[in-house]
Amino acid sequence: MSRLTEAEAVETAASRKYKYGFTTKMEYEEFPRGLNEDIIREISRRKNEPEWMLEFRLKSFHHWLTMEEPDWPNVHYQKPNYDDIIYYSSPKEKPKKDSLDEVDPDILETYEKLGIPLHEQKMLQNVAVDAVFDSVSVATTFKKKLAEAGVIFCSISEAIQDHPELVKKYMGSVIPTNDNFFAALNSAVFSDGSFCFVPKGVKCPMELSTYFRINNPDSGQFERTLIIAEEGAEVSYLEGCTAPMFDTNQLHAAVVELVALEDADIKYSTVQNWYPGDENGVGGIFNFVTKRGICKGDRAKISWTQVETGSAVTWKYPSVILKGDNSVGEFYSVALTNDYQQADTGTKMIHLGKNTRSTIISKGISAGKSQNSYRGLVKIGKKAHGSRNYSVCDSMLIGSECGAHTFPFIESSNNTSSIEHEATTSKIGEDQIFYLQQRGLDEEQAISLIINGFCKEVFKELPLEFAVEATKLLSIKLEGSVG
Amino acid sequence: MLKIIDLHARVEGEKEVILKGINLEINKGEVHAIMGPNGSGKSTLAKVIAGHPAYEVISGQVLFEGEDILEMDPDERARLGLFLAFQYPVEVPGVSNAMLIREAVNAVRKERGQDEFDPLEFEDFIVDKLKLVEMDEKFLDRSVNAGFSGGEKKRNEILQLAAMEPRLSLLDETDSGLDIDALRIVSEGINSLRTSENSFMLVTHYQRILNYIKPDKVHVLIDGRIAKSGGSELALELEDQGYDWLIKDAHVNGEA
Ligand SMILES: Nc1ncnc2c1ncn2[C@@H]1O[C@H](COP(=O)(O)OP(=O)(O)OP(=O)(O)O)[C@@H](O)[C@H]1O
Ligand SMILES: [Mg+2]
Repeated sequence: MSRLTEAEAVETAASRKYKYGFTTKMEYEEFPRGLNEDIIREISRRKNEPEWMLEFRLKSFHHWLTMEEPDWPNVHYQKPNYDDIIYYSSPKEKPKKDSLDEVDPDILETYEKLGIPLHEQKMLQNVAVDAVFDSVSVATTFKKKLAEAGVIFCSISEAIQDHPELVKKYMGSVIPTNDNFFAALNSAVFSDGSFCFVPKGVKCPMELSTYFRINNPDSGQFERTLIIAEEGAEVSYLEGCTAPMFDTNQLHAAVVELVALEDADIKYSTVQNWYPGDENGVGGIFNFVTKRGICKGDRAKISWTQVETGSAVTWKYPSVILKGDNSVGEFYSVALTNDYQQADTGTKMIHLGKNTRSTIISKGISAGKSQNSYRGLVKIGKKAHGSRNYSVCDSMLIGSECGAHTFPFIESSNNTSSIEHEATTSKIGEDQIFYLQQRGLDEEQAISLIINGFCKEVFKELPLEFAVEATKLLSIKLEGSVG
Repeated sequence: MLKIIDLHARVEGEKEVILKGINLEINKGEVHAIMGPNGSGKSTLAKVIAGHPAYEVISGQVLFEGEDILEMDPDERARLGLFLAFQYPVEVPGVSNAMLIREAVNAVRKERGQDEFDPLEFEDFIVDKLKLVEMDEKFLDRSVNAGFSGGEKKRNEILQLAAMEPRLSLLDETDSGLDIDALRIVSEGINSLRTSENSFMLVTHYQRILNYIKPDKVHVLIDGRIAKSGGSELALELEDQGYDWLIKDAHVNGEA
């Protein structure tokens, strides 16, 4: 517990820049450190999982043992000691999700403080929230209203209990358990996350959103999200994340799988604001995430929008497999790094079906001593005749000690397809700021105007409330870093 | 309106002093022209008055309406009614000209206790200003100065000036880069903005603009000092003889 007090000290110093850095005092269920078969069996037992789920976990664990942590990303960090992590962290009083009144009031207050009130009457109209606290989903709002429309929105743990046939069918179908080191690890130990199923022909009546919060300094967070949109279904989903400030690094290794059947449309937006560490690079989240969607049917569409502002190290490539003919994949990204943050992020667009189209708009902003890399792969398969990709990859530098890098990879195996790639690098300078200040705008307004202009194409993809939030977030993060 | 007293300034962190004791007073309703050879410190003077952070004021005072503004941020000065038309207007990609000008106008309106314009009100407002400098509406939707020709950038500065209705305008070589017709249009625009309540400081290398905008005084800046001041006839003299005779003088003075 002494660690928490330390963290509180860090918090006061840095709270101006990172206002989500507070910790919630919690007692946790006892759970041993480290990773082995017994631990996995214990996770599965505590969650009362069916046998097939345990087998899925064990298989993944054995894959993981044979794999190595990747070092091809353009980031440097002290690799986590996987034996020292607590793989399951659950607040002691087990929240019953039937009624919010039974959720630990401290947890409710935490979300309240984060601007995510879970009481429906106080909530944003038309946004259903699944709140995940450390390893456990603590509340899902608007469930009834969604159920009336036929939409299932619940935690993945509940889905395993209540809709096993769906989970069994789709989990691991987009990201195989042996896909990569972190995906394998997640598949072995994932704790909770969100599940969403939109049946044939249904347009989800509201925005869905999951709010992730890491609170325990010694635990990893391994959440698992699965979204399925059946034929002609539509859903828009938003994910937000914050964490307290600790001077240690916490590992966050999530897996998100999206499945879009014929004519389905999934829009997945992320505002990632994990604690980035302090201005000397101490502490912060390691954000090693695997996100992938498949356009399984013809004319399906998957769109990723991400605003990445947090984490000490980010490793993340939300991708789309364009299997159905005429399917569409999109990736809109703003990645901001400041101080000692490092990000290696981008996307993969895998064109398999005919006349498939993909768009990549990536905006990297680097400030301080940070390093920001875009890494992308556009692959056009033999049978993907008439496919098109359009990529724009812009970098903006603030100050002279940061770096921006782009690694675009292209593989095309047919000659009826076209790939277009544009890239620019610019610098936000004292002169630009001065110019705008001379027009009466204060420094903050000036920076946010410039950044907004730079990110415009991405922000317009976000749901409105979040676009406003994202804009503010970026200006706060950049305060004082120009000049 | 503006009173500068023994102003010394240099680039922040550098030894070499650029402004070496400027004294200047511009009254309400007056137009002053500043001339002088390349590198003599004209732009530096304008930027120091506007508060550019690259420069350090070593000593001296800059009083705007009697108030020392040297401690103020550039945006505070701007909202008080100080406008700088840049010699090299800066490009701001992604930010539409309309958006910038609206924010700028609203920033000063707020300061003056007036209601801010909503986008529709702003559109009505800006149309008149566009006419004044004969600029096409399409420039409003383009990114600020991005890809503008040299002359278009200068005209855009005057559009912003017209919109912000400043009390004191510093025009840094607004005439350079304008074609003959554009120079006439811009000059007439500026003349129509003149009132007995506002003032202009015009940095220029050429007599031509002064034919349109008649200065009350002409000052010659040489090596960071005002080497000579006079009436509008001084500009004609300079056009004729160049700066050599003054530079020699300045040298003698400098050594004395
Ligand atoms: N930011 C700066 N960094 C370095 N040197 C500078 C800077 N600003 C001005 N100087 C120097 O100060 C001197 C005066 O420059 P300034 O731009 O004020 O001249 P000017 O009179 O406007 O010239 P011009 O007629 O060519 O526009 C020049 O020698 C210039 O190189
Ligand atoms: Mg100059």
